[in-house]
Amino acid sequence: MSTRHPALGRLIDRSAPLEFTFNGARLRGFAGDTLASALLANGQMLLGRSYKYHRPRGPVAAGPEEPNALVGLGTGAGFEPNQRATTTELFAGLTASSQNHWPSLEFDIGAVNQALTAFFPAGFYYKTFMFPRAAWEKLFEPVIRRAAGLGRPPRQSDPDDYEHFHIHVDVLVVGGGVSGLTAALAAGSTGARVLLIEQTAHWGGRAPVDDAEIDGQPAEGWISAALKELAQMENVTLRTRMMGAGVYDHGYALAYERLTDHAPDMPGPRHRLWRIRAGRIINAAGAIERPLPFAGNDIPGVMLAGAVRDYLLNWGVSIGDRTVIVTNNDDAYRTAIALHDAGLIVPAIIDARTDADSPLIAAARERGIRVERGRAIARVDGGKRVRGVTLCLHAGEGAPLGHIPCDAVAMSGGWSPVVHLWSHCGGKLRWDAEQALFRPDPARPPLGADGSGFVISAGTANGHLDTASALDDAFDAGRRAALELGHKDKGKGGKAPTAAPEEHAPVQPVWMMPQGAGAHLQEKAFLDYQNDVKVSDVRLAAQEGYESVEHTKRYTTLGMASDQGKLSNINGLAVLADSLGREIPQVGTTTFRPPWQPISFGAIAGMNRGPLFQPLRKTPIHDWLAENGAHWEPVGGWRRPYCLRRAGESVEQAVTREILNTRRNVGLLDASTLGKIIVKGRDAARFMDMLYTNMMSTLKVGRCRYGLMCNENGFLFDDGVVVRLSDDTFLCHTTSGGADHVHAWMEEWLQTEWWDWQVFVANVTEQFGQIAVVGPNARKLLADMGTDLDLSAEALPFMGWAEGNIAGIPARIYRISFSGELSFEVAMPASRALEFWRAALEAGKSHGVQPYGTEALHVMRAEKGFIMVGDETDGTVIPQDLNLGWAVSRKKPDFLGKRGMERPHMQSDDRKQLVGLLTENPDDVLPTGAHAVEGGRRENGMENMIGHVTSSYFSPTLGHSIAMALIRGGNRRMGDTLTFPLEGGRVIRARVVEPVFYDKEGERQNV
Amino acid sequence: MSEPWMPKPLQSFQGAVMVARHAPVGMITLRGDLDAAEMAAAVKGAVGLAMPAQRRIRSGKRGAVAWMSPDELLLFMDHDRAPVAVDRLDKALAGGHHLAVDVSDARALFTLAGHGVREVIAKGSPADMAPDALPVGEFRRSRIGQVAAAWWLSDAQTLHLVCFRSVGDYMFDWLCVAAARDGLPGFLAV
Repeated sequence: MSTRHPALGRLIDRSAPLEFTFNGARLRGFAGDTLASALLANGQMLLGRSYKYHRPRGPVAAGPEEPNALVGLGTGAGFEPNQRATTTELFAGLTASSQNHWPSLEFDIGAVNQALTAFFPAGFYYKTFMFPRAAWEKLFEPVIRRAAGLGRPPRQSDPDDYEHFHIHVDVLVVGGGVSGLTAALAAGSTGARVLLIEQTAHWGGRAPVDDAEIDGQPAEGWISAALKELAQMENVTLRTRMMGAGVYDHGYALAYERLTDHAPDMPGPRHRLWRIRAGRIINAAGAIERPLPFAGNDIPGVMLAGAVRDYLLNWGVSIGDRTVIVTNNDDAYRTAIALHDAGLIVPAIIDARTDADSPLIAAARERGIRVERGRAIARVDGGKRVRGVTLCLHAGEGAPLGHIPCDAVAMSGGWSPVVHLWSHCGGKLRWDAEQALFRPDPARPPLGADGSGFVISAGTANGHLDTASALDDAFDAGRRAALELGHKDKGKGGKAPTAAPEEHAPVQPVWMMPQGAGAHLQEKAFLDYQNDVKVSDVRLAAQEGYESVEHTKRYTTLGMASDQGKLSNINGLAVLADSLGREIPQVGTTTFRPPWQPISFGAIAGMNRGPLFQPLRKTPIHDWLAENGAHWEPVGGWRRPYCLRRAGESVEQAVTREILNTRRNVGLLDASTLGKIIVKGRDAARFMDMLYTNMMSTLKVGRCRYGLMCNENGFLFDDGVVVRLSDDTFLCHTTSGGADHVHAWMEEWLQTEWWDWQVFVANVTEQFGQIAVVGPNARKLLADMGTDLDLSAEALPFMGWAEGNIAGIPARIYRISFSGELSFEVAMPASRALEFWRAALEAGKSHGVQPYGTEALHVMRAEKGFIMVGDETDGTVIPQDLNLGWAVSRKKPDFLGKRGMERPHMQSDDRKQLVGLLTENPDDVLPTGAHAVEGGRRENGMENMIGHVTSSYFSPTLGHSIAMALIRGGNRRMGDTLTFPLEGGRVIRARVVEPVFYDKEGERQNV
Repeated sequence: MSEPWMPKPLQSFQGAVMVARHAPVGMITLRGDLDAAEMAAAVKGAVGLAMPAQRRIRSGKRGAVAWMSPDELLLFMDHDRAPVAVDRLDKALAGGHHLAVDVSDARALFTLAGHGVREVIAKGSPADMAPDALPVGEFRRSRIGQVAAAWWLSDAQTLHLVCFRSVGDYMFDWLCVAAARDGLPGFLAV
């Protein structure tokens, strides 16, 4: 049984008991506990089941590297799966539940998988379920998905608040251990702006539990002195509960601050994602202890030696009464000594090394602890809890040499520096054979914009495992970071803190214990606890030809669980190297990717949820439309009304009514979203001739011209009406979604190619409301609004414009038409657009005015055969394909797209060309995107396709369906009947016609 | 709190800082040769202020002038005055290469007041909001949340912000959420 020790526990406050529940049972912990330490203090070692075999699992670590102790936290809307008990601070009322078991944690049906281990080898899923495909989808996947997987996703929307926060600092120090504190002191003393962050709630890292002495005093004393000194530096900020999550290009880093996880009733955001631009990032994230692979190393009660020490000294939790230590290095002796000194029993230290000796080993022996050198654990005995270990020679195959009863095993396979933040952005590692670890290679750091390294690793994270050299290194790192940024050594930094040099016996790499273990032991020696990957799986992958560590990872799922292989990667790649007969550095590591630890989706989303999920652009008429039945559709960031429904009306009925009314009486359209860009300057006309395919320089002041814009390849990307305001000023109307792009396109050409042309452009889209007054009664309506303008056909002819006042509002009026009707588009200052709109509705009452939406607009333009960018164009269409060759100048020496259009393929008669379609049954409406087929089947069995429908509607004006299509050689096919096979075997046949269906002569717009 | 030329707020919110949205103000985009004497004279004529230095804004009784780019200024003034001012600028700069356009109705103007204004903006903008990086009178063009914006501080605790009108509602909502009580990180000094 794990239990609370009567005295120890430097982080807990025994005067502040806290109640919490686990799987419904009420338990008690103390303020300062983690959920893991509190559960262990209550004897709760079994916390969940593994992913594949559903083996019983308890905590193996005490920090963020923990692979097993994942629980569901909270209930209802606040429920969160896969929360790490070792990084969850206990609070009163915490509710936790175990995961991945059915029906109960103690008795789990899925554990039968374990009996079938032989049938679940590496790559099992790939091998078994690739064929037949149908069986995978219908049978295997649903069953596996039910049985596997860890926590269940929450069912309700997250009730908490999250936010981002952008800051710029000189030096970001990640890790609040003694190295991080030292680096921050060194950097801070130069006056550099320093942010020091620590993922836990406590400063000092492992130094206190490692019994370090710094500057002649115990670590804890030195840490509080350092914190005091840092607090006095105005240029230094310290934050706890804030984790360095990722490092990205150019000194950009993400840090994840957990504000209220430990105190859910506290007001304010729950998590804050800090988006930090740092001149230098110091990685002082420490090191992680490696497990030892031996048979049964996953049985609850087998734990990392450092974690056993942490639980005892930090939280006053003893993992067992009798703890066997197994190690290949000196550090685990600290655990033995700590346990012994706490009055607990250490039956033996099993040391794989045959001849290790050092002061630490001597200290253990002095306490009378039995040290078994050259020995290994052959296997751990037990099921849901350790009962004992069987010893063997490490150099042998595992023949038993005796049994030691115990209820806990503390293992240490050596320590690996936390190189994640160094590696995220490309920092390289080197293998340190002497210490058996990968450490940052200072010669190959991640490079910033200036070509110099922007991440500096410091202390233990840089491979300095003993306190004295870690402090030296961290001091240098902090100082160097500041000096590289141009800060000056002010002589206040003093010197690096000192610690007594430690004498260690060298580590002996152990990647399988015992060294000659056969298959039956390898099958029980776990590398990845969460994904159930064993030594035998990696060996099998190697046998089957997997040589790359990245492929082996994916094949075996080693390191692919939610702990991202913090404990398993180095052991796994070492086993792979051994299997392949290669050196460890030849095999290398898998790629380290952010985040270092999982961060919440809420933190990633920040404030971008609900109404702030996406900015909604609103025209000046938006609110009126919303109040008057608008059925919205998104258009280029805006919402435009598809139609305006009246009470009891369907969407289709509303569209039909709007079309018929506009054609018969008069309609109002909010066209404010249309892009409006001013082009002005001595060279404006020349610039316009380059931008548009047609001639714009000849456009007279007072006139409008429809124009097309193509990219360099000749493909049409925007269209609109160009207005000549004066000799040197044009107004370009663009599509609603295209305004920003066209503006950027203009600026790009002006800034990069034609920088010496005298042209200024300005995007004035939002300055104006633009309202189209459309229909036979349009002129009467405007006249009734009261205007000083002469709107007669003679004074204001088609494609003319004028300026004046309408209803007392300054307005520019364009006589242009996208519907084929008599039509005026009126632009007015946006602040007066709603006033204009209301005045037009009022004046239009007697003329039958009704507002209409975008669908009526679309149908009416299709009736007239007008194209819509994005419907009739798709990025591969040139104007000639759309019968718009008339708008492509043959006279101009050059324009954007001219040369593209001259390529042979663009000149081919066999390109897809725009045609109209009339279905045989006039009530059939072709689906947009339907393909016309002709000429049998291709080799792959598909019917040969010759084009597709680009727009298709039922025309209420004409009483039959109409469609436009891009058809191969369409211009030659007038009168042909095309076949459109649809889903379900249905076929629609349609006759090819001219794409202008209504008022071919264009008389209606000229009334 | 607000500058003399700023119209009254239309709506406001009091959280960790105060957020107010103003009625439309006059704004003119003015492009041309910022080194030309004619330009300086035209600006003086329009708002009574000298040319701002790079990335700076000058503000006075009649309005303000902000440096937008090496060839662009943004003038602020009373809403009604903008159309006339555009005509005057065109006259004053006639013959030279320039562009003056009224963008009053294309913009929304906000004021934030309180000791946390820098931190509220830093929740949504990658721009450095530290006092040494954005001193009073510095004009910054960047983004807030998901939209473009420009802002400056007129004193240590008062920030003014301009964005496109179409996203004015989004900006107000965004600022109110960012300015929620108990939400200031407490990192940036005033």
